[in-house]
Amino acid sequence: MILLRLMYEFCKTGFFAVGGGLATLPFLYEMAEKTGWFTNQDILNLIAISESTPGAIGINMSTYVGYLTSGVPGAICATLALAFPSVVIIVLVAKCMEQFKNSPIVEAVFKALRPASTGLIVAASLSVAQMAFLHTEVGTITNVSDLIAIINFPAILLAAILFVLLRKFKLHPIAYIGMAAVVGLVFQM
Amino acid sequence: MKELWKLYRVFFSIGICTFGGGYAMLSLLQRVIVEQYQWASEEELMDYYAIGQCTPGIIALNTSTFIGYKCHKLPGAIAATLGFLSPSILVIVLIAAFMTNYASLPVVKHAFAGIRICVCALILDAVLKLGKKSIVDKFSVIIFLAIVALSAFTGVSTIILVIGAGVVGYLIYYVMGRKKA
Repeated sequence: MILLRLMYEFCKTGFFAVGGGLATLPFLYEMAEKTGWFTNQDILNLIAISESTPGAIGINMSTYVGYLTSGVPGAICATLALAFPSVVIIVLVAKCMEQFKNSPIVEAVFKALRPASTGLIVAASLSVAQMAFLHTEVGTITNVSDLIAIINFPAILLAAILFVLLRKFKLHPIAYIGMAAVVGLVFQM
Repeated sequence: MKELWKLYRVFFSIGICTFGGGYAMLSLLQRVIVEQYQWASEEELMDYYAIGQCTPGIIALNTSTFIGYKCHKLPGAIAATLGFLSPSILVIVLIAAFMTNYASLPVVKHAFAGIRICVCALILDAVLKLGKKSIVDKFSVIIFLAIVALSAFTGVSTIILVIGAGVVGYLIYYVMGRKKA
């Protein structure tokens, strides 16, 4: 019974959380409050874990909540339920796109959506860059020395080296992620 | 069946390499889906991403479903999505069962401080590749800059931005294009 309820809750989350990962958070807080399956403290812990494991954050959080609620079956049910609305909606959209593939109107719309899509990725990655390159714990900036103190120079150096390497040697991205993890460990970043 | 299994495996490998919360997925998709298997073009990837932004669901999942559908219709969509989900389920269950203190381990913290930096370099590389294909005339430069500014510095919802860009595209490239012709 609890599995059915879990699937219903995550189906709802998958359907209403637009924009990915962290958009699922308000739903999780609401779920914690309504069902008592897990606490707000659990949510903080699961955000930390989801951010430091492979996979998309939203999916990882769902799996974790499912596991907390009813073990391995819960983890599987919650994750599949989260994905279900995506699959249904995207398949419908993809079918429509096939129908109108050669329409000049659709072509015109997508010609503008592509730079918009690139722009959205840039904007979203600014917050990742901020986390990686700035010491946000420094606080308010009042003069130039504060400004210098807030910048994480070793991080920028590492990013520059990685960027040069990945443009020069076209290895699989996981190779660079591995290198960066080792550097992070060795230099206690 | 063999093809579906292949989709599942490829998306499993993408899922397990997606560190840093979905952003690294983009460079994996470019490398594996566009360059290695040629299951989608760079332009299609951007189209899927734009649609994934304004349809319900996790963007990474929506993109996986799209590519799977393009390869093998509904069964492909399911295979790709399950492939992308599977590593999350495996890894998270193991961590939740055996090491709930995982995220506060110093080893994990230091490694992920490094990984976050790498993700930035990967995104920059991915964005430069996308930009070459998407920013092609003066209108697209304006759309790109406007979306970056609105999305990063104002609270305008992404859905509005995507729909707005679509309408602008219709007006500029279709309505104005026809007048000229």
